[in-house]
Amino acid sequence: MNGLKKIAYNCRKATFLIEKQQIGRITLREKLELRIHLMGCSICKTFQQQSIIINQMVRNFFHSAGQAERKLDDKFKQELQKSIDDKLR
Amino acid sequence: MQRDQNKDIIAGGNTLDPHSWVSKYADYLYTYAVTRINDEDQARDLVQETFLAALEKAGTFEGRSTERTWLTAILKFKVIDVYRKNSSAFAKRANLSDAEQEHQDFFDAVDGHWNDQHRPKELGIERPDALENKEFQRILQLCMKKLPVLWLSVFTMKHMDDESTETICNTLKVSASNFWVIIHRAKVNLRACLQKNWI
Repeated sequence: MNGLKKIAYNCRKATFLIEKQQIGRITLREKLELRIHLMGCSICKTFQQQSIIINQMVRNFFHSAGQAERKLDDKFKQELQKSIDDKLR
Repeated sequence: MQRDQNKDIIAGGNTLDPHSWVSKYADYLYTYAVTRINDEDQARDLVQETFLAALEKAGTFEGRSTERTWLTAILKFKVIDVYRKNSSAFAKRANLSDAEQEHQDFFDAVDGHWNDQHRPKELGIERPDALENKEFQRILQLCMKKLPVLWLSVFTMKHMDDESTETICNTLKVSASNFWVIIHRAKVNLRACLQKNWI
């Protein structure tokens, strides 16, 4: 089996390339292989769409200004400020 | 000449005021830590350690960044240290291929097809407007917690902090090829967890 034929039927390899392509580089040959696979495989196409959304969402969590701020309890904060103030003396 | 007293901490324009650190930055730093390490107690400890380390290093603050940026940088090193410790414990406990075998086999071992029960289905989240969906965000966070600690460290450093692949590999002592295996497995697992919990 040649390489192209292999990827045409291999979802493990295709999803690997989908991940690699999003954050790194894949070769021209790999791009071609992936494109051929995705033309015939709607399951991996769905995987790709969801994977892209997941990555964007993870980025948004932590970069959007509107993210929910988590609060420390007041008692902990008071003690923390006190220990800082003590060291400043 | 009284103003010279503080000369060393106002050189670059920004100043340090440790008396207001907790009220100004504690919640911000806690949020930063807890979203990256998913452990509330440990996140609290890191915030405390960050302030204490910052006091000791106050003399090295040149005022070129804001107080908040400077404190966050100190915390970031501490978070990466946690990743490093966690992942070396992980490496001792089991090598990567063992850990992979613990996970379900998503693909057919011979031909690489999706195994029937693991096939991705459309979840109605394939469009960018899913980004606004709070319930989806909540489930995604829960699913991230379930990833093996090394995978989560790799995933977080890449997607949250946009670290270079080289930095991640060096910090966590994983080879470049294992890095890609982890990125792939982490996503396949994460997506499967979403499918399982998203109705």
